[in-house]
Amino acid sequence: MKEIANILVMIFILSGSLLTLLSAIGVIRLPDVYTRSHAIGKSTTLGIMSILLGTFLYFFINDNHFEAPLLLSIAFVFMTSPVASHLISRAAYYSRVELWEKTVRDDLKHKRNEG
Amino acid sequence: MNNVILRTITAVVVPIIALFSIQLFFAGHYYPGGGFIGGLMAAGAIVLLLIVFDIRTVRKMIPINYQWLIGTGLLFAVGTSAGSLLFNVPFLTHAYRYVHLPLLGKTSLHTAVLFDTGVYLVVVGITLVIIETIGESD
Repeated sequence: MKEIANILVMIFILSGSLLTLLSAIGVIRLPDVYTRSHAIGKSTTLGIMSILLGTFLYFFINDNHFEAPLLLSIAFVFMTSPVASHLISRAAYYSRVELWEKTVRDDLKHKRNEG
Repeated sequence: MNNVILRTITAVVVPIIALFSIQLFFAGHYYPGGGFIGGLMAAGAIVLLLIVFDIRTVRKMIPINYQWLIGTGLLFAVGTSAGSLLFNVPFLTHAYRYVHLPLLGKTSLHTAVLFDTGVYLVVVGITLVIIETIGESD
Protein backbone atom coordinates (compact mmCIF):
# COMPACT_ATOMS: atom_id res chain seq x y z
CA MET A 1 0.00 0.00 0.00
CA LYS A 2 2.77 2.38 0.98
CA GLU A 3 4.69 1.63 -2.21
CA ILE A 4 1.67 2.37 -4.43
CA ALA A 5 1.12 5.65 -2.59
CA ASN A 6 4.78 6.54 -3.01
CA ILE A 7 4.49 5.96 -6.75
CA LEU A 8 1.61 8.46 -6.69
CA VAL A 9 3.88 10.93 -4.85
CA MET A 10 6.57 10.38 -7.48
CA ILE A 11 4.10 11.03 -10.30
CA PHE A 12 2.91 14.24 -8.66
CA ILE A 13 6.39 15.65 -8.06
CA LEU A 14 7.77 14.63 -11.47
CA SER A 15 4.78 16.04 -13.37
CA GLY A 16 5.01 19.23 -11.32
CA SER A 17 8.66 19.75 -12.15
CA LEU A 18 7.99 18.90 -15.82
CA LEU A 19 5.25 21.53 -15.96
CA THR A 20 7.55 24.10 -14.39
CA LEU A 21 10.23 23.24 -16.95
CA LEU A 22 7.64 23.61 -19.73
CA SER A 23 6.69 27.07 -18.56
CA ALA A 24 10.36 28.07 -18.40
CA ILE A 25 10.75 26.93 -22.02
CA GLY A 26 7.60 28.89 -22.83
CA VAL A 27 9.07 32.07 -21.37
CA ILE A 28 12.13 31.71 -23.60
CA ARG A 29 10.32 30.65 -26.78
CA LEU A 30 7.17 32.77 -26.88
CA PRO A 31 7.23 36.14 -28.70
CA ASP A 32 5.67 38.81 -26.46
CA VAL A 33 4.76 39.67 -22.86
CA TYR A 34 1.17 38.46 -23.07
CA THR A 35 1.90 34.99 -24.42
CA ARG A 36 4.73 34.64 -21.92
CA SER A 37 2.47 35.56 -19.05
CA HIS A 38 -0.02 33.04 -20.43
CA ALA A 39 2.65 30.34 -20.27
CA ILE A 40 3.86 31.25 -16.81
CA GLY A 41 0.49 32.00 -15.22
CA LYS A 42 -1.04 28.62 -15.90
CA SER A 43 1.76 26.12 -16.14
CA THR A 44 3.78 27.22 -13.12
CA THR A 45 0.67 27.42 -10.95
CA LEU A 46 -0.31 23.85 -11.69
CA GLY A 47 3.31 22.71 -11.44
CA ILE A 48 3.87 24.22 -8.00
CA MET A 49 0.51 22.95 -6.76
CA SER A 50 1.37 19.47 -7.96
CA ILE A 51 4.80 19.52 -6.28
CA LEU A 52 3.25 20.76 -3.02
CA LEU A 53 0.58 18.07 -3.16
CA GLY A 54 3.27 15.44 -3.71
CA THR A 55 5.22 16.76 -0.70
CA PHE A 56 2.10 16.78 1.43
CA LEU A 57 1.28 13.17 0.48
CA TYR A 58 4.88 12.09 1.11
CA PHE A 59 4.92 13.37 4.68
CA PHE A 60 1.37 12.16 5.30
CA ILE A 61 2.07 8.61 4.13
CA ASN A 62 5.61 8.01 5.36
CA ASP A 63 5.78 10.07 8.57
CA ASN A 64 2.04 10.11 9.34
CA HIS A 65 2.33 13.86 9.65
CA PHE A 66 -0.52 16.09 8.50
CA GLU A 67 1.11 19.31 7.23
CA ALA A 68 -1.79 21.77 7.09
CA PRO A 69 0.39 24.71 5.90
CA LEU A 70 1.12 22.81 2.68
CA LEU A 71 -2.60 22.51 1.91
CA LEU A 72 -3.03 26.17 2.79
CA SER A 73 -0.21 27.16 0.46
CA ILE A 74 -1.75 25.10 -2.35
CA ALA A 75 -4.94 27.15 -2.00
CA PHE A 76 -2.89 30.33 -1.68
CA VAL A 77 -0.86 29.74 -4.85
CA PHE A 78 -4.02 28.75 -6.71
CA MET A 79 -5.66 32.05 -5.78
CA THR A 80 -2.80 34.51 -6.07
CA SER A 81 -0.61 33.38 -8.95
CA PRO A 82 -3.18 33.94 -11.77
CA VAL A 83 -4.07 37.33 -10.27
CA ALA A 84 -0.38 38.27 -10.28
CA SER A 85 0.01 37.40 -13.96
CA HIS A 86 -3.24 39.25 -14.74
CA LEU A 87 -1.87 42.37 -13.04
CA ILE A 88 1.47 42.13 -14.84
CA SER A 89 -0.26 41.79 -18.23
CA ARG A 90 -2.58 44.68 -17.41
CA ALA A 91 0.30 46.91 -16.37
CA ALA A 92 2.18 45.95 -19.54
CA TYR A 93 -0.86 46.73 -21.71
CA TYR A 94 -1.48 50.12 -20.15
CA SER A 95 2.17 51.11 -20.43
CA ARG A 96 1.82 50.40 -24.16
CA VAL A 97 3.96 47.32 -24.53
CA GLU A 98 3.64 46.21 -28.15
CA LEU A 99 1.68 43.07 -29.02
CA TRP A 100 3.21 40.41 -31.23
CA GLU A 101 3.15 41.58 -34.87
CA LYS A 102 0.98 38.63 -35.97
CA THR A 103 -1.80 39.48 -33.49
CA VAL A 104 -5.18 39.69 -35.22
CA ARG A 105 -7.45 41.01 -32.50
CA ASP A 106 -7.10 43.80 -29.95
CA ASP A 107 -10.48 44.43 -28.33
CA LEU A 108 -9.22 46.94 -25.79
CA LYS A 109 -7.55 49.23 -28.32
CA HIS A 110 -10.01 52.13 -28.01
CA LYS A 111 -9.77 51.94 -24.22
CA ARG A 112 -6.00 52.19 -24.30
CA ASN A 113 -6.04 55.17 -26.66
CA GLU A 114 -8.43 57.03 -24.37
CA GLY A 115 -6.33 56.88 -21.26
CA MET B 1 -6.54 51.81 -9.19
CA ASN B 2 -10.04 50.49 -9.75
CA ASN B 3 -9.48 46.77 -10.15
CA VAL B 4 -12.24 44.44 -8.99
CA ILE B 5 -10.14 41.28 -9.31
CA LEU B 6 -7.39 42.67 -7.11
CA ARG B 7 -9.80 43.93 -4.47
CA THR B 8 -11.72 40.66 -4.29
CA ILE B 9 -8.63 38.50 -4.04
CA THR B 10 -7.26 40.81 -1.34
CA ALA B 11 -10.42 40.36 0.70
CA VAL B 12 -9.95 36.58 0.50
CA VAL B 13 -6.19 36.48 0.99
CA VAL B 14 -5.69 38.93 3.87
CA PRO B 15 -7.52 36.73 6.46
CA ILE B 16 -5.35 33.76 5.44
CA ILE B 17 -2.17 35.81 5.91
CA ALA B 18 -3.40 37.09 9.27
CA LEU B 19 -4.21 33.55 10.42
CA PHE B 20 -0.81 32.31 9.29
CA SER B 21 0.86 35.17 11.16
CA ILE B 22 -0.97 34.24 14.37
CA GLN B 23 -0.10 30.58 13.85
CA LEU B 24 3.61 31.46 13.41
CA PHE B 25 3.46 33.58 16.56
CA PHE B 26 1.92 30.91 18.80
CA ALA B 27 3.94 28.03 17.35
CA GLY B 28 7.20 29.90 18.03
CA HIS B 29 8.07 28.01 21.20
CA TYR B 30 8.08 24.54 19.66
CA TYR B 31 8.44 25.07 15.90
CA PRO B 32 10.12 27.62 13.59
CA GLY B 33 8.38 30.94 14.00
CA GLY B 34 7.94 33.44 16.78
CA GLY B 35 7.23 37.10 17.37
CA PHE B 36 9.53 38.57 14.75
CA ILE B 37 8.40 36.62 11.70
CA GLY B 38 4.77 36.67 12.88
CA GLY B 39 4.89 40.43 13.22
CA LEU B 40 6.46 40.81 9.78
CA MET B 41 3.72 38.62 8.31
CA ALA B 42 0.98 40.70 9.97
CA ALA B 43 2.64 43.86 8.66
CA GLY B 44 2.72 42.20 5.24
CA ALA B 45 -1.05 41.70 5.35
CA ILE B 46 -1.56 45.39 6.11
CA VAL B 47 0.93 46.36 3.38
CA LEU B 48 -1.17 44.35 0.93
CA LEU B 49 -4.19 46.40 2.02
CA LEU B 50 -2.11 49.56 1.54
CA ILE B 51 -1.21 48.49 -2.00
CA VAL B 52 -4.82 47.79 -2.98
CA PHE B 53 -6.60 50.64 -1.16
CA ASP B 54 -5.26 54.09 -0.42
CA ILE B 55 -3.71 55.13 2.86
CA ARG B 56 -6.78 56.93 4.18
CA THR B 57 -9.08 53.93 3.66
CA VAL B 58 -6.66 51.64 5.47
CA ARG B 59 -6.46 54.12 8.37
CA LYS B 60 -10.24 53.96 8.57
CA MET B 61 -10.22 50.13 8.48
CA ILE B 62 -7.52 49.81 11.17
CA PRO B 63 -7.74 52.91 13.35
CA ILE B 64 -4.45 52.40 15.19
CA ASN B 65 -1.60 54.84 15.58
CA TYR B 66 1.36 52.52 14.98
CA GLN B 67 3.70 54.64 17.10
CA TRP B 68 1.58 53.72 20.12
CA LEU B 69 1.95 50.08 19.06
CA ILE B 70 5.75 50.34 19.36
CA GLY B 71 5.42 51.84 22.84
CA THR B 72 2.97 49.17 23.98
CA GLY B 73 5.26 46.42 22.70
CA LEU B 74 8.27 47.82 24.55
CA LEU B 75 6.13 48.11 27.68
CA PHE B 76 5.17 44.43 27.36
CA ALA B 77 8.81 43.38 27.05
CA VAL B 78 10.03 45.53 29.94
CA GLY B 79 7.02 44.58 32.08
CA THR B 80 7.51 40.83 31.73
CA SER B 81 11.25 41.17 32.32
CA ALA B 82 10.88 43.41 35.36
CA GLY B 83 7.92 41.44 36.74
CA SER B 84 10.35 38.74 37.86
CA LEU B 85 11.96 41.26 40.24
CA LEU B 86 8.74 41.25 42.29
CA PHE B 87 9.26 37.54 43.10
CA ASN B 88 12.86 38.03 44.25
CA VAL B 89 14.42 36.34 41.20
CA PRO B 90 16.88 37.88 38.70
CA PHE B 91 15.74 40.17 35.89
CA LEU B 92 14.34 38.31 32.80
CA THR B 93 13.57 35.11 34.74
CA HIS B 94 10.56 33.45 33.16
CA ALA B 95 8.05 31.14 34.71
CA TYR B 96 5.59 28.59 33.38
CA ARG B 97 2.77 26.51 34.72
CA TYR B 98 0.40 23.88 33.40
CA VAL B 99 -3.15 25.16 33.57
CA HIS B 100 -6.42 23.36 32.90
CA LEU B 101 -8.40 25.75 30.73
CA PRO B 102 -12.12 25.04 30.25
CA LEU B 103 -12.04 24.62 26.47
CA LEU B 104 -8.41 23.90 25.59
CA GLY B 105 -7.57 21.31 28.24
CA LYS B 106 -4.06 21.03 29.69
CA THR B 107 -2.06 23.99 28.44
CA SER B 108 1.33 25.31 29.44
CA LEU B 109 1.26 29.05 29.93
CA HIS B 110 4.68 30.68 29.75
CA THR B 111 5.59 34.31 30.42
CA ALA B 112 7.93 34.17 27.39
CA VAL B 113 4.77 34.43 25.29
CA LEU B 114 4.10 37.85 26.78
CA PHE B 115 7.67 38.90 25.93
CA ASP B 116 7.11 37.62 22.40
CA THR B 117 3.89 39.63 22.21
CA GLY B 118 6.02 42.69 22.85
CA VAL B 119 8.37 41.72 20.00
CA TYR B 120 5.36 41.13 17.73
CA LEU B 121 3.83 44.53 18.45
CA VAL B 122 7.14 46.37 18.03
CA VAL B 123 7.85 44.67 14.69
CA VAL B 124 4.36 45.42 13.33
CA GLY B 125 4.56 49.01 14.56
CA ILE B 126 8.02 49.79 13.22
CA THR B 127 7.38 48.24 9.79
CA LEU B 128 4.13 50.15 9.30
CA VAL B 129 5.53 53.43 10.63
CA ILE B 130 8.41 53.18 8.12
CA ILE B 131 6.15 52.29 5.21
CA GLU B 132 3.46 54.87 5.97
CA THR B 133 6.03 57.62 6.46
CA ILE B 134 7.69 56.85 3.12
CA GLY B 135 4.30 56.54 1.42
CA GLU B 136 2.98 59.86 2.65
CA SER B 137 5.84 62.12 1.52
CA ASP B 138 5.10 63.17 -2.05
